[in-house]
Order: sequence, then C-alpha cells, then structure tokens
Amino acid sequence: MSHSVLLLALVVVAVLAYWVGKSRALSLVGGGRGIRNLHSLPSYYGFMAALWCAIPALIVMVLWVSAQDTVISKLVLSRLPSSVQSLDAGQLSLLKNDIRNVVSGAIPAESASPEVQAAAAGYRQLRSIADLSLVAVLLLVSGLGLFLARARIAPTLRARNSVEGVVEFMLMACSTLAIFVTVGIVLSVLYEALRFFHAVPVHEFVFGLKWSPQIAMRADQVGSSGAFGAVPLFLGTAVISGIAMLVAVPIGLFSAIYLAEYADRRFRSAVKPVLEILAGIPTVVYGFFAALTLGPFIRQLGESMGLEVASESALSAGLVMGIMIIPFVSSLADDMITAVPQSLRDGAYALGATRSETIRQVVLRAALPGIVGGVLLAISRAIGETMIVVMAAGLAANMTANPLAALTTVTVQIVTLLTGDQEFDSPKTLAAFALGLVLFCVTLLLNVVALRVVRKYREQYE
Amino acid sequence: MNTANPPVPENCSTVGVVTVENAVLSARGVDVYYGEKRAIKDVSVDIARNQVLAMIGPSGCGKSTFLRCLNRMNDTIEGCRVTGSITLEGQDIYDRSQDVVPLRARIGMVFQKPNPFPKSIYENVAYGPRIHGLAADRVELDEIVHTSLQRAGLWDEVKDRLTQPGTGLSGGQQQRLCIARTIAVNPEIILMDEPCSALDPIATARIEDLIDELREQYAIAIVTHSMQQAARVSQRTAYFHLGDLIEVGETDRIFTNPRHKLTEDYITGRFG
Ligand SMILES: Nc1ncnc2c1ncn2[C@@H]1O[C@H](COP(=O)(O)OP(=O)(O)OP(=O)(O)O)[C@@H](O)[C@H]1O
Ligand SMILES: [Mg+2]
Repeated sequence: MSHSVLLLALVVVAVLAYWVGKSRALSLVGGGRGIRNLHSLPSYYGFMAALWCAIPALIVMVLWVSAQDTVISKLVLSRLPSSVQSLDAGQLSLLKNDIRNVVSGAIPAESASPEVQAAAAGYRQLRSIADLSLVAVLLLVSGLGLFLARARIAPTLRARNSVEGVVEFMLMACSTLAIFVTVGIVLSVLYEALRFFHAVPVHEFVFGLKWSPQIAMRADQVGSSGAFGAVPLFLGTAVISGIAMLVAVPIGLFSAIYLAEYADRRFRSAVKPVLEILAGIPTVVYGFFAALTLGPFIRQLGESMGLEVASESALSAGLVMGIMIIPFVSSLADDMITAVPQSLRDGAYALGATRSETIRQVVLRAALPGIVGGVLLAISRAIGETMIVVMAAGLAANMTANPLAALTTVTVQIVTLLTGDQEFDSPKTLAAFALGLVLFCVTLLLNVVALRVVRKYREQYE
Repeated sequence: MNTANPPVPENCSTVGVVTVENAVLSARGVDVYYGEKRAIKDVSVDIARNQVLAMIGPSGCGKSTFLRCLNRMNDTIEGCRVTGSITLEGQDIYDRSQDVVPLRARIGMVFQKPNPFPKSIYENVAYGPRIHGLAADRVELDEIVHTSLQRAGLWDEVKDRLTQPGTGLSGGQQQRLCIARTIAVNPEIILMDEPCSALDPIATARIEDLIDELREQYAIAIVTHSMQQAARVSQRTAYFHLGDLIEVGETDRIFTNPRHKLTEDYITGRFG
C-alpha cells in the first residue's frame, strides 16, 4: 500500500474520530439543550479526539517511513554471503545501488547477478512485511488515541483550550519553519564561502580589481591562476541598478502621485492594474526586449552621435530593468500616499494651500519615509535581478562605470560560475558562494533599513 | 438692520433674526446636496464681526456640512453641490471669478481632530505665512510664529522645543497648535468644527478662553455638541435640525426663551 493511500486513510479515521468525540460529548450532557453544561462547544471535543487519533499516528508514520529503508537494506546486506560482506566500502555501495535498481525495476532482473537477484527478492519481501506491519501499527496507535480521548471526554474537560494550544503550536511551527530554512541556506552558503576564502584571501576578493575566474586544467598551463577580485562585479551591479533606479523612481513616484491625487476614479481603476501587469511579465521577456530591441536601437543611436556603444550595453539592461521595477515603486508609493489621512490635506487646504503645495509639502512629506522604504525594496530587487542582465549586458567584467560599455553583475557571474561542467570544489565554483554571501548581506541590509523606515512611518499614524 | 446685507429670501422659515449689524459673511438660501441627497435646506444666516456664532443641533443635521460650505472645503468632496449665495463682504465666494486659495486664507478652519502637519512645531505655524508670502524675511517669520503661538496660549509650553515635531504634542496642545497655525495667516473669519470634542475639560477650558480672546479680532463660527459650551463662548446661536436652520438668536435668549418647539425640545434635553 502506498503512503499517500495510508495518509488518506488516516484522514478518514480522523474524521471518524471527530464524530465519535463530538457525539460522545453530546451524549454525556443529554443532547442539544445540555450544551451549556459542557466546558467547550461539542465540535471542540470532536477536534480533540481527531487530534489525539491522528497526531501520534502521523508521528509514528513519519518516523517509520524515514527509518524503513535503512533498516531493510541493513538486513538485506547482513544476509548476503560472506564473500560479498568482505568487499570494500566502495564496491559495497555499488552493490547496494544494483540491488535498489533491480527492486525499483530500473534494471531488468535477468541482467543482474544471482546474488543481487536473491537480495532484491529478499528486499521486496521485507518491504511488503514492513508495509503491512506499518498499517497494523498505525491502526493500533490511532485506535488507542481515539480510545483514550473518548475516555477522557467529560463535561469539565477543557477541550477548547487543548485544541487551541495545538493550533497555536502548528502556527508557530509554520512561522519558524521559514526562519530555519533561511538560516539553513545562509549557513550552507557561508560554509562554501569559507572554503573559497581558504583558497583566495578575503582581501583579494573584496578589494581585487580584476575578475577572471579561470582555473587551469594543469598547473603548468598559461594563466593558470584565476583572478577573483569582486570589485568590477559590484561596480557593474551598482551601475546597472543605478540606471534602473534613475528610470523607476521618478516615473514610479510621479505616476503614483498622479494616480493617488489627481486621477479620477475610473482612470485610476483602469491604469493601476495595467501598471501592475508590468511586474508580472517574466523577466526573460524583458531580457528579450532589452537584447533584441533596445540594445541595437541604443547602439545605432549612439553611433549616429559618434559614440562607441557595445552591442550589449549596461544602458539597455538598466533601462529595461527600470521599467520592470516601476510598478514596485509606484504601487508602494501609491499605498503610502493614500494612507496619508484626509484630515492632513484638509488642514493644508484650509490654510489656503493649493493642490500642488498640499501634495508637495504636506502629503509627500508625510508619506516620505514609506516611499523611501519602497524605493529601498526596489533597489534590492534590482540588485538581485539576473535574467535581463544575462541577456542584455553581457558577461565581460569590465572595470568601468561607462553605461555604454558591456558590464556584468554579481548575479550573472554566479549563474555562469555554476552552469556547465565543473569540479565542485574548485575555487571557480566556490567563488559563486562567496559572491552570493556578499550579495545576501547587501540586500539583507537594504531590507532591514527599508523595513525600519516603513515601520517608523506606520507609528506616526496608527 | 444693515442695509448693505443681502436681502433674505421671503420664504425663509427660520425663527428669529438671521441678519446682524456688521455682517462679514452672509449665507442666503443655501442648499447643499450630496449627490441626490439634500443635506442643507434653504439656510440664510449672517456671521458678524467680533462675535461668536454657535451652531448646535442633533448629530447628522448638517452643521459640519454648512460650516464647510463657508470656506468651500466641500469642493474636495466628490458629488457635493452648493446652491444659493454666500457672500464675503458683498463678494459671492462661489462666483466663477473667486479663487479658493485666497478665500481660504481669509476664512480659516479648525477641525474636530487636531491635524498638525508632520513637521516641526515652528514649521507648522510658519507654513501658512510661507505659502502666502506674508513674511519678508526670517525675522518677520519668527515674529509671526511667536505671536501666533502666544495668542493660541501655547508659547510658554513649546518655546524651548520649536524644532520638535508637532505630532509629539498632547491632544490639547495639538489643537492649540492648529489654532495658532490658522491665526498665523491672519484670516478674517475662523470656522471651528467641534474643536474640543477630543479634549479633556482642562484643555477645553483653555480653548474656550482662547475663543473668547480671539473674538476681539475675528468673526468666529463654532459647531459644538455641548450646550454649555455654546452658552459660554457664543453671543449668537443657530439651531439646525435635519438640514433646516430652525432658529437663530442671541445666545441668552435661545437658552432661556426658545421660540420654536424643536429648539426648546433640544435644549431641554428631550431631543438629540
Ligand atoms: N461626504 C458625504 N457624502 C454623502 N453624505 C454626507 C457626506 N458628509 C455628510 N453627509 C450627510 O449629510 C448629513 C449631514 O452631515 P454632517 O456631517 O453635516 O452632520 P453634522 O451635523 O456635522 O453631524 P455631527 O454632529 O455628527 O458631526 C448627514 O446625513 C450625512 O450622512
Ligand atoms: Mg460634524
């Protein structure tokens, strides 16, 4: 029996337990009129019974399933002839793989050696025994849980409190899960980054001006030492994000002001969703547009003015990225502007301020911290953006701030370092983790600052 | 009766004398509509110099609506329409040639909830004079801020913290800051919509004293739910009921000898 069917059965049993618990509680107090004599509403007794029935069973099942495979393969191996037992670890694990493949049908049984065939048959047999006993154990555990819960149900039992306690625990578990995952990601990146810093000194990475992550195949090859100076990458990221923000902040802010303060309701309800569609366009499509339409156009334009423009330029990537980020800025700024209380506007109008004075000096002033927060969030979005840059700005790690040259960014380099064939422990691959770590720190810092600014603003008008 | 006053429509059903000797602001046959709903019905009344007019009446009777017409604050409300005439020294304020910006500088307004700007105390008061160019230099501006805060009775409490945010003051102080902000642009008329409803009795008493002092220079119209407050601060009282102006008269007379049944019911507490 597969595990999903088992889970489904468990749900059915829990539903059953719910009814048992609920009707038990009701019958204890003599039906509908007696509900007031119960400590909690009858459904809470039902939920309690269901939880008692399902949770221990679920825990047993998880433990069982996670241990089953290891235990069975141990048993199978111990039954193998002693000639096989004495093999070294590498061959043993190969053998284990063979057995597994035969069991799962990935290799036809006929092509395997007789020992492997025998072992696979043993494995199959053990597994079916284990599955059956799992069903039995689960039935026992859930039945026991239900029995205990039913026996505990009494009018004074505080079923609501215990059910809500369980619910609270589950909510907490979900909320901390995200934190643990984040911590896990950070730790793994940190670990790999530290390995990189064993090979390449930190100061060379942070202050180095040359980025060419080639590692030679043989030690005597030309240019055998790669250069891992991250400064050109961070400069490229800064230039492209800067161009993007130059586009996104004014356009986003002005459109938010127009939509929030001037536009009539029909225009607003038509334009706002369209603006937000911009945020939903896949970045690959933006990349397309930047590489195939805007890039050549800028190049032609530049050449007609006598400028030298690379066909993959930071400018086209930055401009398109800016367009992509407009909705981030505009919808956050719009929220912040509409959150400014009408009474503040009235106060300014009542002093004889014009509409534009009111907006500039009172409304924007009040919304400013929130808008700044939104802009910071948009910047961290721009820094993390990869696809547009891969397609439009190229891979050349030039140490220049010229927007017409080809540039590359941190994220793009991470992608190129990790795609393709490579050894996993060469400095070249590990450099990606170091870059990721620094990038993570930068965006984290930006986000923390942004959140603090936004929160400070919220406190003002709660 | 002052001959300069605009004529009162003949079908005016208000009990008492709606006109006064030295009127600055005169409403004649004013109707206000929110969409189809008629919130103010044919109201005619004068506001006099150096006098406080109190507007009382049950909740929803249109006091705020009427007050907001007087400096065209209703312009910002979608679907709100005003008919009839309101004249400021003979000039129709709803006339096409009338610009609302200088109008609102002449007719200031204080709101129910204190609404200081998210700026420093100094900048709150200096804001009006700045946008109207009332001060030639910093010294003059300092002087305006000083006298306005002084007259609002707030100077002593804030003189050491002028650069701190106005939103950090207590409710009563904020309301006095808003009054200071209003008088800093030197208006002719001050409209107040329940200025004390969010304040404790001590802050209320201070503001009432302040209103009494301000009367020497300004014409004041105040909406209030407290009949004691109306009796304490006003010289004339107007009683509104469901959008109608039922009765207007000397405050003493209204509270001791109301002529209309509805007014009597309201002030004796049988209504509202
Ligand atoms: N913006 C608006 N749109 C539609 N109707 C409104 C609006 N503002 C007020 N009204 C209506 O106009 C009528 C008068 O409202 P107004 O606020 O003037 O009453 P009020 O006398 O000030 O009441 P309160 O003493 O409770 O402040 C009410 O029936 C109200 O529902
Ligand atoms: Mg009101």
